[in-house]
Amino acid sequence: MRPVYLDNNATTRVDPAVVDAMLPFFTEQFGNPSSIHSFGASVGVSVKKARQQLQQLLGAEHDHEIIYTASGTEADNTAILSALEAMPGRDEIVTSAVEHPAVLALCQHLEKTGRAKVHYIGVDSLGRLDIEAYRNALSDKVALVTLMWANNETGTLFPVEGLAELAKEHGAVFHTDAVQAVGKVPIVLKGSAIDMLSLSGHKLHAPKGIGALYVKRGTRFKPLLRGGHQERGRRAGTENAPGIIGLGKAAELAIEHMVDEQTRVKELRDRLEKAILQRIPNCFVNGDPRERLPNTSNIAFEYVEGEAILLHLTRQGIAASSGSACTSGSLEPSHVMKAMNVPFTAAHGSIRFSLSRDNVPEDVDQVIDALPKILEKLRELSPFWAGANKDPNDFKPVYA
Amino acid sequence: MWDYTDKVKDYFFNPKNAGVLGEANAVGEVGAISCGDALKLMMKVDPETEVIQDAKFQTFGCGSAIASSSALTELIIGKTLEEAVSITNQDIADFLGGLPPEKMHCSVMGYEALQAAIANFRGEEWHDDHDEGALVCKCFGVDEGVIERAIRMNKLTSIEQVTDYTKAGGGCLTCFDKLEDLLAKVNGELVAEGLIAEHAAYRIGGSDAAELKAKAKAKKETEKAPVREVAAAATSPIAPSSPLPPPSAGMTNLKKIRLIEEAIEELRPYLKKDGGDCELIDVDGNNVMVNLKGACMACQMASVTISGIQERLIAKLGIPIRIIPVKNHAH
Repeated sequence: MRPVYLDNNATTRVDPAVVDAMLPFFTEQFGNPSSIHSFGASVGVSVKKARQQLQQLLGAEHDHEIIYTASGTEADNTAILSALEAMPGRDEIVTSAVEHPAVLALCQHLEKTGRAKVHYIGVDSLGRLDIEAYRNALSDKVALVTLMWANNETGTLFPVEGLAELAKEHGAVFHTDAVQAVGKVPIVLKGSAIDMLSLSGHKLHAPKGIGALYVKRGTRFKPLLRGGHQERGRRAGTENAPGIIGLGKAAELAIEHMVDEQTRVKELRDRLEKAILQRIPNCFVNGDPRERLPNTSNIAFEYVEGEAILLHLTRQGIAASSGSACTSGSLEPSHVMKAMNVPFTAAHGSIRFSLSRDNVPEDVDQVIDALPKILEKLRELSPFWAGANKDPNDFKPVYA
Repeated sequence: MWDYTDKVKDYFFNPKNAGVLGEANAVGEVGAISCGDALKLMMKVDPETEVIQDAKFQTFGCGSAIASSSALTELIIGKTLEEAVSITNQDIADFLGGLPPEKMHCSVMGYEALQAAIANFRGEEWHDDHDEGALVCKCFGVDEGVIERAIRMNKLTSIEQVTDYTKAGGGCLTCFDKLEDLLAKVNGELVAEGLIAEHAAYRIGGSDAAELKAKAKAKKETEKAPVREVAAAATSPIAPSSPLPPPSAGMTNLKKIRLIEEAIEELRPYLKKDGGDCELIDVDGNNVMVNLKGACMACQMASVTISGIQERLIAKLGIPIRIIPVKNHAH
């Protein structure tokens, strides 16, 4: 059985060229980049090159605007805590109800411990931010606005550049969790109102354990990790040189593959989506059909539960993921599906297919072949399926 | 993904006794699509001998829910109702070679469906406690409504008491934060109503999850002791003298309708502020039919409004209430 990997929003395969770039930094080039001797200096030069590669991918004005971290979560946490600390007299945070837990869990903690008042802005049925509510939440009490660039479950894109402009009108720091967007959509930070941006290496074919936080020059910043003077004193701890170099190479490759991501990968995604919608009754796409990541398709299947679908897919060599939190121990649908008001009849049966440049047409064919039979089998088992309206002419997606 | 036993996988991929049983004379339906788990158990029972001659199931749920349902049918076919009634959820889990702790509620659902089907055969009423807010304790399948009601009716003020009364938090305790929130919230309401003293009310941070787990472990050890010691250990000054009364005990229909009207009246200013309104159409048991009007009707947040009204009614009446939005054709 041919394995088909369609869970690239969870993590991606490390590109062989990235591995090649990293390998010498485990062996012959093992020096500490902070050391001044030759062992360290040569690594320092490569780290600088990697920083410039990432600068280019982000369209940042200066390479020193990038701080390496151990993950996207660390980048998010650093940004939020830094902004709160660096903005005395302001104790409010504006975020959305559909953020990744790396942002949401910290915001909830800050709220619970009385350190900040948090405004959770809702979304509509397509996952689009309620702009009016966002405008109303902004004030000169807001220290930080943190809004994701692309949603990890649905791929829906927030218009972050515009949202950042609005935040600046109130003097708030604007941070975006761009973990899912970097490498998939063009980003130009130079000249934008975005102050901080988080990314994670393993979402763009670099290894796990390396992330970065972009901090625009001039943004007031307080480090999360204190200790040595690495990263210009903004993130203590010996640099993960192999990871940094891998991320640099991955950034260079992401620039090369950006067009492929926007065209070929998107076409594959669209073909998969169209075939599923045509062949399987009572299902619809979650998320904004237009403003969406090119690689992501989240489809809600009525009257079946996501984990059950995934188990069958896994048995047929296909890896995807579920919007149903049942997979992770809760019976509630994901907070994203809930925020979008996806009906319970479908929210539990949401499956996310996330593609990458590694995918080929045969992968899509395999899913199109397997999925209708799986749904048929599980729906036969479902006590709700017999009473469902199966007339395709009557069936309307939640956002229609 | 979960670490399922081979038997769970086998019963999921090749479920035995799946489908509709046309000749069923005992049907138990539990769970709800909103909870992510629902099971319809159908049995054919010999009226003379009360032997379960055949059983089939339909399940909406995850891998372990489907496997548990299938296992249940295997366990009960050939048994008399008297034998079947004593089957526990642990029997279902054991039959499958175990379930992950977080999936034990799937076996509980099987147990409940069996109890419901037997009650159905005997013409008795069986209460399904699901559909009362979000599921909080996944190990024992206890939801918000049950916990809030237990806290309110028994004036519970500690997490341990909540566990004793509802089982919630008696397993993996990953629901600790939710239990704290519920306890603090309901205690706050009880203080405001003058039903408990302010100093007795639970405050967030009043318990340590690790300490609670250690205590529970110690208690489990005690339970292995001889019967007399167990009885002594289980005796608590806060223990109820009788089990919880049924949810709707002591409330006439008239009183229920009046309270519902009052609750909607209290909410009306907020709905009107947003350009909407809510009209009570009918009350059928614990189902409350309402007509959302004005901005509420077209609002994409209508389901949030409905759940808000539902929460308010449950809090006010102390019984499970389901709000059903209907169009008022009579007007």
